[in-house]
Order: sequence, then C-alpha cells, then structure tokens
Amino acid sequence: MSEGLVTASYIGAIVLFILTLGGLSHQESARKGNLYGIIGMALAILATVFGPEVFNNIHIIIATMLIGGTIGIILAKRVAMTQMPELVAILHSFVGLAAVLVGYVNFMGGSSLIGVEKTIHEVEIYVGILIGAITFSGSVIAFGKLSGKIGGNPLMLPARHWLNLGLLIASIYFCYDFVHQGHLDGGNAMMPLMIMTAIALIFGIHMVLAIGGADMPVVVSMLNSYSGWAASATGFMLGNDLLIVVGALVGSSGAILSYIMCRAMNRNFFSVIAGGFGTTSGAVPSGSSEEQGEVISIETHEVAELLLDAKEVMIIPGYGMAVAQAQHTVHEITQTLRDKKINVRFGIHPVAGRMPGHMNVLLAEARVPYDIVYEMDEINDDFPDIDVSVIIGANDIVNPSAQEDPNSPIAGMPVMECWKGKTTVVLKRGMATGYAGVQNPLFFKENTRMYFGDAKQSLDSVLKEIL
Amino acid sequence: MKIGVPKETYAGEKRVATTPEVVNWLQKLGYDVSLEAGAGAEANYSDAAYSEAGAEIVTDIKTLWDSSDIILKVRAPDDNEIELLHDGQTLISFIWPAQNKSLMEKLSAKKVNILAMDSVPRISRAQKMDALSSMANIAGYRAIVEASHNFGRFFTGQITAAGKVPPAKVLVIGAGVAGLAAIGAANSLGAIVRSFDTRPEVKEQVESMGADFLLLEFKEDGSGEGGYAKTMSNEFIAAEMALFAEQAKEVDIIVTTALIPGKPAPKLITIEMVNSMKNGSVIVDLAAEQGGNCELTVPHELSVTDNGVTIIGYSDLPSRLPTQSSQLYSTNLRHLITDMTPEKDGVITIDFEDEAVRGATVVKSGEITWPPPQVKLSAASTKPPEAPAPLKKEEIKPPSLFNQMLPVIIGALVLLGVGSVAPASFMTHFTVFVLSCFVGYMVIWNVSASLHTPLMSVTNAVSSIIVIGALVQISSSDPVLVSLAAFGILITSINIVGGFAVTQRMLDMFRK
Repeated sequence: MSEGLVTASYIGAIVLFILTLGGLSHQESARKGNLYGIIGMALAILATVFGPEVFNNIHIIIATMLIGGTIGIILAKRVAMTQMPELVAILHSFVGLAAVLVGYVNFMGGSSLIGVEKTIHEVEIYVGILIGAITFSGSVIAFGKLSGKIGGNPLMLPARHWLNLGLLIASIYFCYDFVHQGHLDGGNAMMPLMIMTAIALIFGIHMVLAIGGADMPVVVSMLNSYSGWAASATGFMLGNDLLIVVGALVGSSGAILSYIMCRAMNRNFFSVIAGGFGTTSGAVPSGSSEEQGEVISIETHEVAELLLDAKEVMIIPGYGMAVAQAQHTVHEITQTLRDKKINVRFGIHPVAGRMPGHMNVLLAEARVPYDIVYEMDEINDDFPDIDVSVIIGANDIVNPSAQEDPNSPIAGMPVMECWKGKTTVVLKRGMATGYAGVQNPLFFKENTRMYFGDAKQSLDSVLKEIL
Repeated sequence: MKIGVPKETYAGEKRVATTPEVVNWLQKLGYDVSLEAGAGAEANYSDAAYSEAGAEIVTDIKTLWDSSDIILKVRAPDDNEIELLHDGQTLISFIWPAQNKSLMEKLSAKKVNILAMDSVPRISRAQKMDALSSMANIAGYRAIVEASHNFGRFFTGQITAAGKVPPAKVLVIGAGVAGLAAIGAANSLGAIVRSFDTRPEVKEQVESMGADFLLLEFKEDGSGEGGYAKTMSNEFIAAEMALFAEQAKEVDIIVTTALIPGKPAPKLITIEMVNSMKNGSVIVDLAAEQGGNCELTVPHELSVTDNGVTIIGYSDLPSRLPTQSSQLYSTNLRHLITDMTPEKDGVITIDFEDEAVRGATVVKSGEITWPPPQVKLSAASTKPPEAPAPLKKEEIKPPSLFNQMLPVIIGALVLLGVGSVAPASFMTHFTVFVLSCFVGYMVIWNVSASLHTPLMSVTNAVSSIIVIGALVQISSSDPVLVSLAAFGILITSINIVGGFAVTQRMLDMFRK
C-alpha cells in the first residue's frame, strides 16, 4: 500500500472517529456511532499494517493482537456494570503505558533529525512520555480507589501544592537536561528521561490520591482526557496526523466532560485537580458536628403503603444502589407500581455514582426504559408535586445544606430538592456521612423517613409487600 | 408503674388521652394501664376495645386516681381532680401555665410532677410529641368543615346542565400548622385558596399546599421564635389591614389563625370588613379562645351578623373530631412517655438533661419549674440565613473585557512564539491539532448526560489509536525495541477490543 493510500485511509478513519463521537451524543444514533468507531479503528490498523512502515514481524502483530483482543473481549463480557468505573480507569492506564512505551522505543530507535527539528522532536518525546506516565500511574491509583483497594479519603500531604510545583519545575529542568544531553556527543540523555518518568509517575499517583472520593467522576473523565493528549503527543513525535487528530478529539472531549462534571458540582476545575475536597473553605462546616435532631425510621410495610398510596414517585439512585446491586429490584418495583398507574420516574444527579452517567448505565442494565429517567435539571422543579421520593444509597446529592449552609463544603453544589416533596424515604445502611464527609440535614427533616438496611434486601422485601 | 386515664370532665370535651392501640404500646414499655369506664366512649373507643387491648376498666374515679402513679389527661385538671392528686403522682395533660397562674399555684401545693403537653419545646426531635401541632392540624381541617357546613354553596366550581357554579374563594390568614391544614382541606374541596402570613419564608409551604400566597409590598420579616410570628410595626399592620379589607369584599370564607405567643390575638378583621362581606359568607376564627382575630367573634359560639355573615368562634374544634384527635394526642403522649422510659421497665424518669422533658415539666415534686431555661434550638429547626443567593450573584458577575481577552492574548502570543522558531512541518501538525481540538469541542458539547459513560468508554477505545505508534515501530531490527513495541500492541489491543465491546454492551441495554 502506498503512502498516499495510507493517508487516504487515515482520513477516512478520522472522519469515522468524528462520526463516532457525534453519534454517541444521542441515544438513537449511539449504536451506529460505536460501529463507526470499530470500522475506523480497523481501517487505521489495516492501513498501517499494510503500509510502508511495517515490513516485517507481522506474525508478532497478529499474535499480540489476538491475545490482547481475547483478553479485552473477556474483560468486556465479564465486567459487572457496577464495576464500569474501575474498568474504564484501568483501560486508561493501558493507553498511558502504551504512550510511554512508544516514546521510549522512538527515542531508543534514534533519529536522523538535526538542529531545531531535533530539539522539537525530543521535546515531543519528552512530553509524550510525561503525559503517558501521569495517565498511567494516575489511572492505576484511580482504579485502586474505585475498586476499594485504596481508601477513598483524599491524601493531604502538608505542602502538597509546593510538592506539585517542585515536581513541575523538576520536570522542566530535566526536559532541558534531556535536550542538552541529546545534542552532546556521548551525552547520556536516557538518564534525565528516566528520572522524569519516575517524577511523572509520582505526580500521577499524588494527583489522584489527593482527590476526594466525591470528585471521582471528574478524575475519571480527566484521565480520559489525558489519555487523549498522550496519544496526541505521540502523534507529534511520530509526525502522524491520525494520532494527533484522534488524540485531540479524545483529549478535548474528556476535558469538556470534566468541565461539565465540575459545573454540576459547582466546583472549580482547578481546585478539583489540586485536590482536597472541602478543605479550601477554611471555615468549620456549621451544624455538621453538632446533634441535628432525631430521625424517624420506617418499616417495610409502611414504605410499601406509602408507595401504593402515592401518585407520583421519584426514585433517586446513588452509589449505594450500585454497591448493593439493587437496580434489578428497583426496576421490578418500578414496573409493579407503573402497572398500578403510579407515575414512577427516576431523577439522576449528574455526579451520582463514581463516573459520569454511571446511574444511567446501571438502570439501563436493569432494563429501565430511558424515557422515564430524567436529569436533575429536567425534574428538579417537579418535586413539590411528588408524593414519595425514594433515595437509594445517595447522600451528598440530596443534601439541602448545599443550598442552606454557606459554610458547608458542598455549598453551592446543585442538589436534588427532594425535601420539597411530600415524603422522602431514604434507604441507607446507617447514619454514616456521604463521600464528602458532610452531615445531611435531610435525614432530620420532618417529612423524611429513614429506612435502614441493605438497599437490595430492603427493596426486595418492599417488592414482596407491593406485589 | 400504673397509668390511669380518667374520663374528661370538661363540658363538651369528647377526647380521651389514650386509645386501645396506645394501650398496647404503653404495655410494651412495662406499664399497667387502667381507664375510667366510658372514658373513650365519646371518641368512639368502647370499654370492650380497651379491655381487649389489656387495660383494666375502673368504675370508681377515686380508686383510679389513688391506684395510678401516672395520670394522662387532655384538658388541665379541674379543682375536683386536683383534690384527687396524691403525692408522688405524675400528671400529663394540657396545662397552659402562662395563662393559668392560679392553676399552677394549686398544682404546686402538692408534691406532684406535672408535665404540660403545650410546653413541649418546638425542637425538631420533639416534633413527635408536639401535641399543639397535632391539635392545630385537626383544628385547621375542622375549620373548613365547619365553614362548608355553614356555607350555602359548593366549594368547587362546576359547570352543570343547570348552570355554572363559581368556586368558593377562601382566605386563610396565618400559615402555621392550622392554617396549612385549612389550606389543604379547602383546596381538596375545590375552593380557590389564598393565604397571608407575616413570615415570608412560609410562601413555599403555602404554595405547596395549593394556595396563592398574598404578598405585601412591604419589607418586614415577622418570624419570631419557635415558628411563631411576632408583633409587626404599625406601618406593616396598616398595609396588612388594607389588604384584608380588599380581600374581604371578594372572598366567601375567611379562616383566621393568627396568634402571637403570650399575647391576646391580634384583631385583623374589623367590623367594617365584616360588613363589606357578601351575604352568606363565613368567618372561622381559630384564635377565638385568645380573644379572636375578628372584632365580632363571640368566643365558643357561632354568631350571625345582620348582613348574614356567619362567624364561628368555636374553641373546641379538635374535640369536634374526637376519634382523630384522641388518636394523635395519645400518640404524642406515647412518644413522650417512651422518651421518659429509657429502660422500657415501666418506670417513669424525669430527666432534666432531656430538653423535651425539661421543657414539658412545669411542676416537679411540688416546685414550679416553669418557664424552663432557654433551650438552644437544634440545627435542623433553625432557618439559616439566605446567604447563598448573594454569593452566587458575585460568581456570575461577568469578568471585565480585559479578563475575557486575556486567554486570547496569551494564546496568540504563545502561537506567535512557537511559530517564530518551529519548522514548517511542526506548524502543519500543530494546525491539525488545534483544529481537532475545536472539532472535539463542538461534537462533544451536546452529549446527553445519560451517555457519558458509554462516551467515555468509546473515547477510551478510540484513544488506543496509539497502537499505530507501536505498529510502525514493530519492524525495527533491535529485538528490545520489537518486544517493547509488541507489548504496547498487546495492551492497546486489550483496550481497543475491550473498549468497543463494553460500549456495545452498554448501548444494547439502553432501550425505550
């Protein structure tokens, strides 16, 4: 295949990838979008393999791709929908690692460039590896946090901002050193490159460790963005427009998603990245530490009666539903109530769960029709007409202190205003605080009923009562 | 310990301080319960039902009082009943210590404990024992029932073959518990309901019950302590009266519930206003016992003015719904007693550390302990200042032109800087890069939130395009490089296949 044909295929692949992202914007076109992505990827790989730059070792390509593909299929089929965030995080780390590998190979392979072009090329290698390494270690830590292998609390090193700054300055210095050594005869450019890789790895670890659990959706999409930038930097390094374009597409889409998430939480993007949830406000959150009154608990049959007597029911799922795997029972309850002409709808907060859109995926898995699943902005004004709101394992996203208490760490974050409805039933295992570590005055409201227990078991028994 | 429940002696009082259901609860707490024969008859609870629940029925009042350690009542005890109290006994009922100084003196002459249900503090954890709210709720409902009973028309508007019926217009003054209950009842009968309150923060509650909130063009907050209103300035009252005068001409029913603690009820409906009302209109004055909100109210009575306006001044509205009010009142009592029996051993303890019990106890062992020291309001019941609103405004203040332009200027300078040193090939790639960023931005901005996860997993798969980098390096002659590249291909392949497959799996789940 000639150079021209390869480029033509690349252009085709680029168009297909843009169509992929565009297709994923709407439910109706999403499946088609995914198909475009698969075709685009196949086209790009085939064009490269049959192109002029690949001339031997084809058997290795076939072998590794078969093995990798099989692992990928198994992962994709086996993963439970509740574990999606972890899977996405670990997959991001692969892209980061690949960027590091490609960077090293490219560097060790040597180049014939001289002068400014050589400098630029080396900076490209350097930046590619840097971003790749941050993506890699950050994603691994994010995976650990999401799968519960690492605690969710933000790690607060005393001088973390200075530490970050120090790491940044060090990487700039080593970049200079790397380029400088590269131009010297017999200079050892490998050394600064490896030191930088280590620094970048530490930076990635530190960055994600310092981010609180409630901000995890932002982190996941931010790492998604990084993996794109890593691909883009690799594209610059190889002079490959396909990589540049696709990397930039992914990078900017991840950045926008992060921005949307931050806006949904009324949080500054930079303060999320700098980490440390709730420590910026300085003031002690008022009311969170003192006794807030007494909760009114409720029994299974009372929950069932409430639901059966209601006309409008709103279900607000949170991470607790994912943990308890309660989405199927939720769907059955929804089905039963809807058959009894009770209007059951779902209200999804943009940051419910541990990654953007997490709840939608879980509900879709349980076959809840997506046209009764609403976003927060669509239904938040409807709460005064709601007879019963059922909160399943959510906490911070239904916390009225976000609106009422200016000193609260989550002040200003848009929340689901379920307390404006007639009755709110909160399913919860105990009185623990949410991921943000903030006490929730909702639980003490007069029209709130606490229904303690594991979400799955509780809902199962409610289902039996209403059948 | 033994709990005794006598029949209410006050004329016309139909309520009873316990129901068969509550008898069961009290027994679970370890108490024995006995009732005076016929105590619940007027509230439709028969002696048989109480016996079945395990209570002992006593015919002789004196025996009942003598043998009981705790007496539960609704109304404050009369002189005969005070005579029957014996040392060490505990009495729980409505007392109204502020209004009944002489009663308090008589009670404190004996070595008894008196808990006043009306003095339970209005803190959130004591809501379940708040008998005032329970009774106010019933009074509000009953006020509408009384009004509709005395009103000659439908509440709801109808279009019938015999002509069009306009809906009744109801004005509820004071949106406390009683006011809100009245709004709810009137609304569900189909009337057009309006409400006024000096506390602007109740607007939302009023609207949630289905009424329009009448706003005065006047800034003054009437919120006093414990959810009650305070006395307003003269200018405010003048504006308020003008509003009522205007409304009086229009509405058919007025329900007034305005009370200020420890003061006679404010006069809100003047004689002129009553005279301006339509023939057949009804006023229900829930403040009648405290003198009434209407100048023409005759406390405890129903009166009709010369122009045919019925003014209802009943002070026993809860007692007119005896089954319901007995049930709620006895449940409030039950909650208080549960609080006072922490060990569930049938022994009542008066613990002054417990704010609710401290507030309710007005006499302890013959000593007057009323009024209680100021209770600190719990966090949940205090209304936090409406500070967030101005905060938000500051945030959305548009940045100055310079600030808006700053990123553009910096971006342009960086571009120029890069362009001045970089070779042409780099700038070509750079063009492509910047354009792609914009395309990504444009394409992603409209993604629906429910697809964020699939989008993320598909972009993840797409970002494995980095496999191209590894592919073009596989043909190197150096075995180390080949193996590194091979490893790169391996992991990106996991990513490609895994990413697309999992996206497909997710998308297949979404359905209408």
